[in-house]
Amino acid sequence: MEKHVVVIYPHPDDESFGAAGTISEFREKGVPVTYLCGTLGEMGRNMGSPTFANRETLPEIRKEELIKASEALDIELQMLGYRDKTLEFEDLTKVANHLKGILEDIKPSLVITHYPDHAVHPDHNALGAAAVEAVRMMDESNRPIVWAQAITNNYYEDLGKPDVINDIRPYFNKKMEAILAHKSQADGMLGKFKENSEIAADMEEAAKERLGTEQFYIWKY
Amino acid sequence: MNPIEIESVQQQLESFIDKDVYVHLETTNGAYASHFDDKAYNVGAYIRNAKVRFSQAKIVGNGKSYRAGLKMEFGWIYAEGLSDWTIHGDNQLLLAGHDREGRLMVSLEISEVPFRY
Repeated sequence: MEKHVVVIYPHPDDESFGAAGTISEFREKGVPVTYLCGTLGEMGRNMGSPTFANRETLPEIRKEELIKASEALDIELQMLGYRDKTLEFEDLTKVANHLKGILEDIKPSLVITHYPDHAVHPDHNALGAAAVEAVRMMDESNRPIVWAQAITNNYYEDLGKPDVINDIRPYFNKKMEAILAHKSQADGMLGKFKENSEIAADMEEAAKERLGTEQFYIWKY
Repeated sequence: MNPIEIESVQQQLESFIDKDVYVHLETTNGAYASHFDDKAYNVGAYIRNAKVRFSQAKIVGNGKSYRAGLKMEFGWIYAEGLSDWTIHGDNQLLLAGHDREGRLMVSLEISEVPFRY
């Protein structure tokens, strides 16, 4: 059993869309989970639907949503204080050292992050690379396992079958609760559910299809 | 934010004339445009807390979509596709344009103090 799991993603809601099922399973087994959230998603373009946020209120709103989602998932939260869209321009080694310090403090047995260059958003790729580097810099005997999540359209062709394939449908309701805590970002999707109750069942099936599996590659050092 | 009322916004713009002000100017179609549609392009730009001074300011539009132009000593600041406005905090003028799903496409903001975050 894992001792402690640290999830490292750059945006409030990455944890909910990407790993909420896996996180819920760990929590059910009593494994502590800490989320290191890189930014507040300050530059997100979703402002709610209908809009209730603007560029200047969005950071505080997303911070509150992140806290709510973390409570729903029953996980510890640390906000790293970087700025949305700028992570790839930071000094990778500095960010890696920052993460390494936190990991040495928490001493996790498992780290979950994005697969560098296979995570679509530049922030995902950059923080994933920093997380992988942070663990590389750790003493080999203390290194946690790293699960890297790829979300490009072609990752299967490029990387092969993921090493970890979690069917998270038993935790689907918890995952939806976490996603919906990010109201400014999930509103569009929620709107589609409400728009037409006849297709709601189909939408739920489609959502389960798309969000019902969480896959990771075990990073090879 | 609320639909732009051209007279009110014009008045607000003029209140910043000949002052040192901070500008946030942005356009984006999101980081996932070409992920969801391989024929689409990811395009975006922003400048935040650029300190500028302008001598003229004007908003023009057709009742739905507006353009704003700020004339500086050596150039212009321009934004197109603006539809909504609000005053944030004490005196920060926020202008933005959103798509049908409420996603921000363009933003022009002016303040006498730097924007937070």
